[in-house]
Amino acid sequence: MDKKEKILIVDDEKIVRESFYHWFIEDNYIVDTAEDGETALNKYAKEKYDLLLVDMKMPGMSGLDLLSKIKAIDKDAIIILITAFSSVPTAITALKNGAYDYVTKPVDPDELSHLVKRALEQRALKIENIQLKESIDEIIKPDNLIGESFQIKKIYELVHSVSRTDTTVMIRGESGTGKELVAKAIHINSGRKYSPIITVNCGALAESLLESELFGHEKGAFTGAQFRRKGKFEMADGGTIFLDEIGSISLRMQIELLRVIETKQFNRVGGNELIKSDFRVITATNESLEDLVKAGKFREDLYYRINVFTIVIPPLRERRDDIPLLVNFFLNKFSSAMNKKIKKISKEAMDFLMNYDWPGNVRELENAIERAMVVGKSDSITVDDLPFHVSRNYLELPGDEKSLSSMEKKYINRILNESGWNISKTAQILEIDRVTLYNKINKYDLRKLE
Amino acid sequence: MMDIFIAPLKFYSNVLLQNLIKELSKRFSSSIHVVDIRLNIDNFFSIDRKQYFSTQIIAEVMKLTDQYNGKIILLTDVDLFVPALTFIFGEAQLNGKHSILSVCRLHEIFYSGISNENLLLERTIKETLHELGHNYGLRHCIDWDCVMHASHGIEEVDIKGITYCNKCRTKVEGYK
Repeated sequence: MDKKEKILIVDDEKIVRESFYHWFIEDNYIVDTAEDGETALNKYAKEKYDLLLVDMKMPGMSGLDLLSKIKAIDKDAIIILITAFSSVPTAITALKNGAYDYVTKPVDPDELSHLVKRALEQRALKIENIQLKESIDEIIKPDNLIGESFQIKKIYELVHSVSRTDTTVMIRGESGTGKELVAKAIHINSGRKYSPIITVNCGALAESLLESELFGHEKGAFTGAQFRRKGKFEMADGGTIFLDEIGSISLRMQIELLRVIETKQFNRVGGNELIKSDFRVITATNESLEDLVKAGKFREDLYYRINVFTIVIPPLRERRDDIPLLVNFFLNKFSSAMNKKIKKISKEAMDFLMNYDWPGNVRELENAIERAMVVGKSDSITVDDLPFHVSRNYLELPGDEKSLSSMEKKYINRILNESGWNISKTAQILEIDRVTLYNKINKYDLRKLE
Repeated sequence: MMDIFIAPLKFYSNVLLQNLIKELSKRFSSSIHVVDIRLNIDNFFSIDRKQYFSTQIIAEVMKLTDQYNGKIILLTDVDLFVPALTFIFGEAQLNGKHSILSVCRLHEIFYSGISNENLLLERTIKETLHELGHNYGLRHCIDWDCVMHASHGIEEVDIKGITYCNKCRTKVEGYK
């Protein structure tokens, strides 16, 4: 989207005109300047501007006079007044006379950027009569959301249908399955794509810093806070906030979170100003929130607030068909990044990858390929290039041990070792009951390694 | 291919400078040089604002740098302003030779009270690439993953990416 909006800057001070001029030029606007009200009126008569930035105090025609004259020509003209702090009451009068807003000089760049953007967006919506641009039917995917399996195609469909709404989405899936990528896909296919998607890893936030991190703080709010900082919710204004590992936040923060999600209003730490932010919420978890609710560790009201539309991402072992595509993608990615000419993988190595269970999912596969690319010496990846733990965990079938029972013995033994011989966990992973597991352990004479 | 010249002006962190050079060298095939431009920027200090007027600094440096064939980025620790705005991280000549970057407001300690040198380096790399991008004629990009996205506050510096997007990178000479 190239901005083509035209801005007219009206200010009698040359250095102020110039600094605004350069600032808006870098921001992709078409910019014109006028040194006084008369010149501005003449320019406005010749061509339309999408927005005027007008100094209140100018020799000859004042900013207020110019506002009245422009409004008489075009009642929909957007005019932002620039004022010195002392003339704020006059600026408030100007608002009543039809000015869009006012800013005090010097202007905070962030404030100006948001103000101009909001004004022009509102104007565009008015002109287009809220035409929803639905011409792009095909979903735009983040580069590394890869797959052609029916499971991943189903996810594309869900992303497609939910992205154009503002519905709260919960993404569930094991660690490494790509929950953040799906969140990003929803965001970039939504009407919010020109604003950012802000990721908050709830599990990684220290409780003491959480408030400041989420809601921001004012200058001087605590020792060392020399500058104001916006929090994650404010940064997500116009865009999406992605709350990863939502199950790990404390009950105290759950109350705060519920309040902000519902009201979309909050105060920065140390501030009185009520900040409003328009964000969409996407959450992700690899835990059973239902169990956490039952255990009293997760608020039921928050659970229902965020669990509106759910997307479940299957583990990689359940969509093995996608492995070759993913491998090729990572091969290309790392061969460019590392400037290596490895573009192939041996059949034996691919068989390894296809048969491995990938407990760390796509992230583990990516790491495995990256590691193989680092150590690889030939023009294709071989089994020897794969990480040790991948090869070791692979169900090797030496000699004639290819029967189903020998496979079962080997697999149960592996899961037992991986879980530290935790019988309940192993039974859960294998999806069998504990008695059956004990029977299998006895049958195969499996023993815990000391 | 044009070289890149970094000119420290009231800039006191040699470690940050060396790390920045190292990082830029990874990203550019152009040669990176550090040059000493003898300019006293105190003349551009505003007593009222307690900041330095960046446009005037660039204008003065232009008179002193004819001998350098390439892009010149001035690196400073002091806080910068242009008259219309409360502060700026940097300023660049669009499609020109000169730019200036202040790391003053890139220090995490001023926001959280906690120093973070890695974050400072990351922010400095982003803003250096950003100002150089303007020198190569790039305006602000709408892609949040692109380093040319506008950043009017520190939060946006942190959100945006640390590389040019595919569209922007084609215009930056010598970018690998």
